[in-house]
Amino acid sequence: MMQVLYYAYLLLKAACNTLADSFLPLINLCSLPPPAKYGGRHTVTLIPGDGIGPELLTHVRELFRFCCVPVDFEIVSIDSKSTSDDDMNNAITAIRRNGVALKGNIETNHNLPPSHISRNNILRTSLDLYANVIHCQTLPGVRTRHRDVDIIIIRENTEGEYSSLEHENVPGVVECLKIITRKKSLRIAEYAFNAARQNGRRRVTAVHKANIMKLGDGLFLQCCKEVAAGYPEITFDSMIVDNTTMQLVSKPQQFDVMVMPNLYGSVISNVCAGLVGGPGLVPGANYGKDYAVFETATRNTGKSIANKNIANPTATLLASCLMLDHLRLHGYASMIRKAILATVSETRLHTADLGGQGTTSEVVQSVMREIESKGPRTSEQI
Amino acid sequence: DFTKSWIIILQTVTLIPGDGIGPEISTAVMKIFEAAKAPIQWEERNVTAIKGPGGKWMIPTEAKDSMDKSKIGLKGPLKTPIAAGHPSMNLLLRKTFDLYANVRPCVSIEGYKTPYTDVDLVTIRENTEGEYSGIEHVIVDGVVQSIKLITEEASQRIAEYAFEYARNNQRASVTAVHKANIMRMSDGLFLRKCREVAENFKDIKFTEMYLDTVCLNMVQDPTQFDVLVMPNLYGDILSDLCAGLIGGLGVTPSGNIGANGVAIFESVHGTAPDIAGKDLANPTALLLSAVMMLRHMGLHGQAKKIETACFDTIRDKKVLTKDLGGNSKCSEFTGEICRRVQDME
Repeated sequence: MMQVLYYAYLLLKAACNTLADSFLPLINLCSLPPPAKYGGRHTVTLIPGDGIGPELLTHVRELFRFCCVPVDFEIVSIDSKSTSDDDMNNAITAIRRNGVALKGNIETNHNLPPSHISRNNILRTSLDLYANVIHCQTLPGVRTRHRDVDIIIIRENTEGEYSSLEHENVPGVVECLKIITRKKSLRIAEYAFNAARQNGRRRVTAVHKANIMKLGDGLFLQCCKEVAAGYPEITFDSMIVDNTTMQLVSKPQQFDVMVMPNLYGSVISNVCAGLVGGPGLVPGANYGKDYAVFETATRNTGKSIANKNIANPTATLLASCLMLDHLRLHGYASMIRKAILATVSETRLHTADLGGQGTTSEVVQSVMREIESKGPRTSEQI
Repeated sequence: DFTKSWIIILQTVTLIPGDGIGPEISTAVMKIFEAAKAPIQWEERNVTAIKGPGGKWMIPTEAKDSMDKSKIGLKGPLKTPIAAGHPSMNLLLRKTFDLYANVRPCVSIEGYKTPYTDVDLVTIRENTEGEYSGIEHVIVDGVVQSIKLITEEASQRIAEYAFEYARNNQRASVTAVHKANIMRMSDGLFLRKCREVAENFKDIKFTEMYLDTVCLNMVQDPTQFDVLVMPNLYGDILSDLCAGLIGGLGVTPSGNIGANGVAIFESVHGTAPDIAGKDLANPTALLLSAVMMLRHMGLHGQAKKIETACFDTIRDKKVLTKDLGGNSKCSEFTGEICRRVQDME
């Protein structure tokens, strides 16, 4: 009986390791990461954000210190209550300087007047982080209704419905502008197909609502078709967004890579994150030509569970691994990722969002123990 | 029913069979209603668009008059011809009767297994404005602007309908779905109107939730949701998402409420031209929409009877159409439901 259990344990470990390798993030196809300065150490901007952000990012720093990761964090706080732009300008300058950032979500008080634009949105548009990339994969040990989900979502991150252009010409009638441009649509389509090719993916699906928004989404679809012509080995098809959500909850295994404008991206990425286990598990990346910012995929502040030691750190920890891969520190990234996946497969450590009673610190401790058990890293291994 | 035993008051309902499988599923529903002795008098009408005086496309006068008189309609799937020169029929109907609220109750069907159980929610979608205003411009070559319109009036109207629906159907809470963190003015206006209306309905719990959070939570635990009210695009996406949770458009009912008391209930699936006329169609969606119609008319007893017969048939799994996993014909499925309804007398 013990033998059977032991072999099952080994099998699960092996599954985690294989899975960890497939987690290699999409290579940022646009630029090289900033070179390490000051004795081979990278400096990364850290924006704690609100809610569970600060505590989870503290755990990331703790973990990095433990693993001797050659990354120094420059912490830039943004006070979401303040109405001045100074905090934001500091943060943007810091990210321009360092080239890479790891962030928590900054809360937006949607009862404030329209002049107070979402801080997260300002960050994305100022740094032109045009591609939001989310890889949703079923994790071993996490019980979900659907198995074998493996979807890469590439969402246009700077225009569309998030243009923040609204006006009230007539009292009681508000117009909100959704902007779709050829240039940005071509750019995101190019990113999507290139990423699909680099990662050996076979199919790209464009999600749209061109039957209703004939000009706007029609232009987006047209750009995707044009780019698809340059990638004959990749199948290109399109699907209307409401049908897509219906298909996702019944048969998510049919999807491979999906590309879409901003708002549909928000819907689809949240649906897919929910399908594979929730907001606590999926990391996200925002890539631009010159900068990259890493965060959780579903961008929640988690106000109600902040500072209670119950938040699931997996998404944030995996986001930090994506960041390490971006900095070409693949050895560290792989090591930490394997440890995280091994921990997540242990049901007794599951946090509340996965139906368990584990605490955040227990999960982080377990990750550190996993890394320790693999033996000390020498410089040859890295 | 008091009235039933003494005076049979027949209610007229305008029936629009539609295209493709429309006629056969409409016949199925009429048969079942007859077996249940429901006090409904059907008036069949065609809604193929015609060009009226002045060159504007409109629905035939007979159809409009019938609907204006009866106020209640039941509609099968209509095909949208491409390049026919006229807008989609559904759009035309919506404009003609100012159908401002699209209501979709999504309840898990026992016997039709999906990965989600115990779903019991209602999506109420504003159906006249929002992102579907159809106003788009090419600003310069390569830059397109689509306008999303949110008005105080429409937001108020849909919010009022949502709360009234919740009250009339004994629902505990109404959740407004929005994205006011990004679309501050437009969704902010929608949210404000919902809050204002909520003040007059203190017996119903009112909450607000971001669209992405709703999507995230919906696929993990749909049982936490009750009544959801939202603008057009979010409603389109969420109502289809919820339909997917219970098994798809083939089993989902839908109702459109208009100004002046008009209500049109419809099946939202397609015309399925490949199986049209072959007695293979599944009438469940249209039947459940008709049940929704009976409830709207206050005929709760009849509605319950027909609904129970339908659900029992599906649960039993002996006589099911192909899309439900069986290999019976539409007529056999209909016959089975009729039999059960008659047995309940």
